[in-house]
Amino acid sequence: MNQPVYMDYNATAPVFPAAAAAMGEALTIAGNPSSVHGFGRAAHKAMEDARERLAAAIEADARGIVFTSGATEANNLAIHGAGRPRILVSAIEHDSVRGVSPTAELVPVHRSGEVDLAALERMLGADRRPALVSLMLANNETGVVQPVADAIEIAQRYGALVHCDAVQALGRMLLNVAALGADLVSLSAHKIGGPAGVGALYVKDTVALKPVLAGGGQERGRRAGTENLPGILGFAAAAEIAVAQQPAEAARLGALRDDLEARIGAARPDATLFGIESPRLANTSCVALPGVASERQVIALDLAGVAVSAGAACSSGKVRASAVLGAMGVPAALAASAIRVSLGWQSKAEDIDRFMAAWTGILSPLLAA
Amino acid sequence: MNVEATTVVNGAVGKGGLDNGGGRNRPHTPIYLDYQATTPTDPRVVEAMLPYFTEKFGNPHSRNHAFGWEAEEAVEKAREQVAAIIGADPREIVFTSGATESNNLAIKGVMRFHKDRKNHMITLVTEHKCVLDSARHLEMEGVEVTYLPVQQNGLVDMAVLAAAITPKTALVSIMAANNEIGVIQPLAEIGKLCRSRGAYFHTDAAQAVGKIPLDVEAMHIDLMSISGHKIYGPKGMGALYVRRKPRVRLEALIHGGGQERGMRSGTLPTPLVVGLGEACAIAMKEMPAEAERLKVLRERLYDGITRRLPEVFLNGDHEHRLPGNLNLSFAYVEGEGLMMGIKELSVSSGSACTSASLEPSYVLRALGVEEELAHTSIRFGLGRFTTEEEIDYAVEQVVSAVSRLRELSPLWEMAQEGIDIKSIKWAEH
Repeated sequence: MNQPVYMDYNATAPVFPAAAAAMGEALTIAGNPSSVHGFGRAAHKAMEDARERLAAAIEADARGIVFTSGATEANNLAIHGAGRPRILVSAIEHDSVRGVSPTAELVPVHRSGEVDLAALERMLGADRRPALVSLMLANNETGVVQPVADAIEIAQRYGALVHCDAVQALGRMLLNVAALGADLVSLSAHKIGGPAGVGALYVKDTVALKPVLAGGGQERGRRAGTENLPGILGFAAAAEIAVAQQPAEAARLGALRDDLEARIGAARPDATLFGIESPRLANTSCVALPGVASERQVIALDLAGVAVSAGAACSSGKVRASAVLGAMGVPAALAASAIRVSLGWQSKAEDIDRFMAAWTGILSPLLAA
Repeated sequence: MNVEATTVVNGAVGKGGLDNGGGRNRPHTPIYLDYQATTPTDPRVVEAMLPYFTEKFGNPHSRNHAFGWEAEEAVEKAREQVAAIIGADPREIVFTSGATESNNLAIKGVMRFHKDRKNHMITLVTEHKCVLDSARHLEMEGVEVTYLPVQQNGLVDMAVLAAAITPKTALVSIMAANNEIGVIQPLAEIGKLCRSRGAYFHTDAAQAVGKIPLDVEAMHIDLMSISGHKIYGPKGMGALYVRRKPRVRLEALIHGGGQERGMRSGTLPTPLVVGLGEACAIAMKEMPAEAERLKVLRERLYDGITRRLPEVFLNGDHEHRLPGNLNLSFAYVEGEGLMMGIKELSVSSGSACTSASLEPSYVLRALGVEEELAHTSIRFGLGRFTTEEEIDYAVEQVVSAVSRLRELSPLWEMAQEGIDIKSIKWAEH
């Protein structure tokens, strides 16, 4: 069989060779960044250099960068750490945002997949306790870009802090943290060609953060634990590459994605594409094939050597209809036949051909079954 | 990438390579003797990890395609390797971002789950900062914490521990081996006591795994924290052992996708997980011989120094001690001067976390070490890449630095003349 085709970049991405090289070298550095001897100071210097480089890539103040074990931890730290008595999250947030505060109030989204700003304003006005609003920059399942700047403007009028999960946005759209103005921003390395096991939370200097992990006082007391130095160096290297290539990659992947969606529409006029009226990440396509369960499509595609997903990669592997599509008002039966195709730095035109051949190939036997 | 080449970049942690250009038997300097702070990743571990960054990059939680399955298989193999080194079932291993997270999860997780019924926990004053800090956070949440003192040798007094456990005690958290003085606590005895009194026993084994034999069944351990980077595995990786029978219940610290059976959410970093597994497998295989080798080197260092220098004090029990740890205090020298004098040795004056502070070690203070002596304590951490040449060189360095500093010290001169320094009444300024 041909090499399998990977089209699940919103789950994770292969590591850039330059990021792997940076890590390979760092893995054998015998230095704890907290030690005062030469080995420790060298490790510390490398880490601070990486912090500066990551901060520069996203145009943020380096002192605001707190390295974590990944975006899930960053989201937990942001929401728990802000210590606000009231938490509002959009109905399409990632599980790691929803999970921190099961009692959070859900801000609805429009059918377009964008958050309902009027509803956000109403909710903030209805209860004057200090609040935190958590709104992602781009959705992991549909790629729909959220009006975060507008949400921040509203939140500030009500004295609310804003946390922005920018995990899917980094390297896939312009991310300027200083211009965005969010108080807290979560980032992940492994979605952009960096290593899994490292992420970051940007914390504006006006926010007093309560740590989740207590201990040795690393990361200015905001996150204890010996830092994952190789991971941090790999993250910085990947962020520099992803951000530098972002405009060109968005154009390249956007063309591939548009070609994919045009061919899907031609092959199956009843196929439904989600989020297409909204600004969207160029690499993501969420499509439903009415009458064919997501799982059946995904498994049949896998047998044909094409890796896509039926939604977020996380958790137990149990199949359930996408909460994101549900929140957009998509009927459950249609949502249950949706798959996500997401492209990235190794994607190429032949991948689209492979997908189309596999997808159209499986249609008839599946429908006949 | 040439793995061999990268390991030799840090010449000092090379495999005993001698300096070709330098003098006779002079090892590369600085010499890394801080293996309790962190260890270089073993080249064999790096080799096992590398494919999972690039060609085998799948998300182990992607259940619907081959990329995900390949990663998941690697994760489960690593889980078996970690379980094997402590005699656990793979299903009892929860992967975390490191021992700090494991300790936070064990302590906060168990106490937050149980505090409505049992609101008390016990720990030692000599625990790692992340254990003490977790306990302090719990105190702010209304948990009662007993911080037990230790004996002069650093070991817990079993009678004192037995007396401290009450029917309200949910958790006893006592480290397996101390990070500064290397003393090994009587785990089996503690485990037996806790089990008979209905309290869970958590042990921070970051320094002990792979260095001494551990068995969660024989030792009645309910929760155990494991670190990757202290055992020649990767930084940013650790594990928590959580007993299934009888089941230990705890509240998660990091919520989200529900990975690790809901106890720890977040995408598992496959390469790091593989690295931890490989590090455990290597340590398990090599532990008996390596422990013996390190003990010989450690004694060579200790004897070499104490044979030529009087007034040197060993901190912590000699017998119940990690093979790769030596912690000494040098009387009649001044701490900073000593560190400067042996700057070719990368050693530490305490734990890495607190090493930038000028406070004397709270661990040594808990042993009753006087402040002046605590200020002149040095932790020598020996490990897998430490050689005999390095130890001999370290002995020379320490002996000459201490001798030189003492020659300059009026206090040393007085002590040589038999004057009891403590009896002197210093003029007030």
